[in-house]
Amino acid sequence: MTSPVASCPVAIRIQEDDFDIAREIAVLTRSRTDIGAVVSFSGICRADDDSAKVAALTLEHYPGMAEEEIRRHADEAISRWPLNGVTVIHRVGRFMPGDNIVLVLTASQHRQAAFQAAEFLMDYLKTNAPFWKKEESATGTGWVEAQARDDEAAARWTKY
Amino acid sequence: MKVKYFAWVRERVGKAEETIEPPSTVRTVEELIAWLSSQSEAYAYAFEKPKVIRAAIDHAHVKSDAAIAGAREIAFFPPMTGG
Repeated sequence: MTSPVASCPVAIRIQEDDFDIAREIAVLTRSRTDIGAVVSFSGICRADDDSAKVAALTLEHYPGMAEEEIRRHADEAISRWPLNGVTVIHRVGRFMPGDNIVLVLTASQHRQAAFQAAEFLMDYLKTNAPFWKKEESATGTGWVEAQARDDEAAARWTKY
Repeated sequence: MKVKYFAWVRERVGKAEETIEPPSTVRTVEELIAWLSSQSEAYAYAFEKPKVIRAAIDHAHVKSDAAIAGAREIAFFPPMTGG
């Protein structure tokens, strides 16, 4: 028996281990026939930055708050779009170019809600979830600076 | 209260967390930053640009004029760069 309001399971994980996108989508859609669209965003460690080639990236987070902050944004997404499932996985530790860093999955009956919610979640994750990146390159090691364009991307979702 | 520091704020302060007892005249996040900055050069260096510093009380983002009364855990960190 399904409830009249589609349930929306939320999975939030912060982990050192890699994730398998196909497996996570399978988990999200398992035994469900109400999902018509799944959008997947993955963020990957990039070698080419604005200045020097990045050799490695270290991700630090605020345990406890990071999960709670992502949960708050997932709840906000669920209140704004008709979603049937949300998965957010953020890795922490040291990464090399090509490594997976973050995964956002949103499931809905139709693609529009899934696309928009995934973008909303990523925009807020970048500016509000307590994670910090430190870059290693040939020119040295330093903390990545926050980008104004990320703040602008998050600001466009603000309700008026 | 417990205070936590992250990223370059942690590196400049020289510790990840500590328990502090600021005087009762320190009522807001902003005043706490000023008080910590007066305690040592390491804090002064970490908080040299207080407007850049973000703060959270009990795992929720707060503005610099937020009251610290009753806070169990206050965190200071630079703007976030995850994702």
